Amino acid sequence: MEPSTQKLIHTFGALADLGQEIAGTGDFTEMVRTSMHLLLGTLALRRGAVLECSGDGPLRCVALWGVGDQALTDFDISDAEKEGFIGCEAIEWLVQNASTTNGFLNRYRAKLVENGIELVLPMIVRGEVTGLVLLGGKASGEEFSTEDFETIRAMVRHIGVGIHTHRLLEQVAQRAQENRRLYEEMRAIYRDTIRAFAAAIDIKDKYTQGHSERVGRYSEIIAREMGWSEDEVEGIQIAGYLHDVGKLIVDRNIINAPYNIDAKLSNELNRHPMAGYEILAPIKHPYADIPLMAKYHHERIDGRGYPDGLTDEQIPLGAKIVSLADSFDAMTTDRPYRRRRSFEDVVRDLRESSGKQFDGKVVAAFARAILKEVNGETKERRITKMLGKDYLEGEHVSTLLQDLITDLSHEKAQKAQN
Amino acid sequence: MDTPSGKLVRSHCVGTTAVVYASDYLNKLTGEKIERECRRQLNCGCRALVIDFSDTKLVNSIGISILLGIIDVAEKNGAPIVFSEVNHPTVELFEMLGLTRHVVLAKDEREALMNLSRYETTPVVH
Repeated sequence: MEPSTQKLIHTFGALADLGQEIAGTGDFTEMVRTSMHLLLGTLALRRGAVLECSGDGPLRCVALWGVGDQALTDFDISDAEKEGFIGCEAIEWLVQNASTTNGFLNRYRAKLVENGIELVLPMIVRGEVTGLVLLGGKASGEEFSTEDFETIRAMVRHIGVGIHTHRLLEQVAQRAQENRRLYEEMRAIYRDTIRAFAAAIDIKDKYTQGHSERVGRYSEIIAREMGWSEDEVEGIQIAGYLHDVGKLIVDRNIINAPYNIDAKLSNELNRHPMAGYEILAPIKHPYADIPLMAKYHHERIDGRGYPDGLTDEQIPLGAKIVSLADSFDAMTTDRPYRRRRSFEDVVRDLRESSGKQFDGKVVAAFARAILKEVNGETKERRITKMLGKDYLEGEHVSTLLQDLITDLSHEKAQKAQN
Repeated sequence: MDTPSGKLVRSHCVGTTAVVYASDYLNKLTGEKIERECRRQLNCGCRALVIDFSDTKLVNSIGISILLGIIDVAEKNGAPIVFSEVNHPTVELFEMLGLTRHVVLAKDEREALMNLSRYETTPVVH
């Protein structure tokens, strides 16, 4: 094979490898190091270095070969010196060129010569010098040819673009990380604000303090048991916290009435889901359907709920979950006109209300979640904490829940058959 | 010897000469392993290096650069270096790029060791 053909094949191979290396998304330093090796290997240059401009500080040595580790550090370059490299010709890259007006070369000539560096080339991307490539002589001892300069120029341009692209990607990743952090902070602030708001809602009702917070937690537990994603679980927790926000417009005396209220007052109280929707709808929540969950948390599967009398499939699943969490908390806490009910009684009620007031699937999920906690399968005892430690005591609790789950699954199977 | 990546770089010592075997394709991965092995041998007291290319079909640009680095290190250590059993296209490449100005090429490992026997001193104990 003709030496010129062989050289061409060798150079093309190196250029192809260089393109692949630069397009990769691997480690930045490794990319620069490999690119430099490709350049050195193409012309068999014995030493080289890649220096990166890093703000106003000294040039940063990213890759080095054939020269001592500390030999090519502490180079400074001014903006004017960078400008001096733009548009310069091959002759001006030569370290030995004493006629150059480039301040950088004149200042560091002795140091470069001492370390066997013969060429200094700028990496120029979008009209800016992003760094310098320092190259030693050819292993053959020959002078650089015009073709060599062309090859070097092309490869250095590639390396410059590679460095520039990697830096841009790093900046994008950094900004994305910063945005993520800010977003998380905003979400935390949002959650804390909502919880404070929930506490404010509950303060209006002296008998149900902590109700909204508990409904939020029960809703979260049910949703998680139903396999919802973390985002959806967070959303329904917020919906739980805010489900009674409409009560803010209801007269305090109606909410705190120590007796079963009459139809007129009941109508007034029943305005709160719609009022809640109107309060929440204009707010841009980071989670979907929160206003609808507040609006429909008093709807029933059998269509006898309010405000719209929706039936089963028309009611959003989130609203069904909040509805169950809301009722469960109402049944298991003292009210002005009654003591809280026993767990046995509550389970019976849930069983009877499944398919009428509540969705059986939601009740079954809640029962499974409580059962897991009763059986010690969960890290925390969150439901027990909310109900008080004696409420779920006793072997019968587990049996009650198991029976409820079995009944509901039979019912579901039967429904599917029909 | 076993390299950190688990792949083997074959090498052995004959007197104070280390013989290191290059793999079928001398690229970044394999080149760096050979370079590490050569450095290790020199640090252990070897006075000369033979790199055997009997298995090597192809050497790319990075391989060339790494070989130049090995030549550099060997020169700094005053260790002569011989490339043995290099195939014809690779010999042409080495000649074209000027590597042959810095290393001796030998027909095979035996010839390489004979060539280096004049540098032999005391055997190295690893």
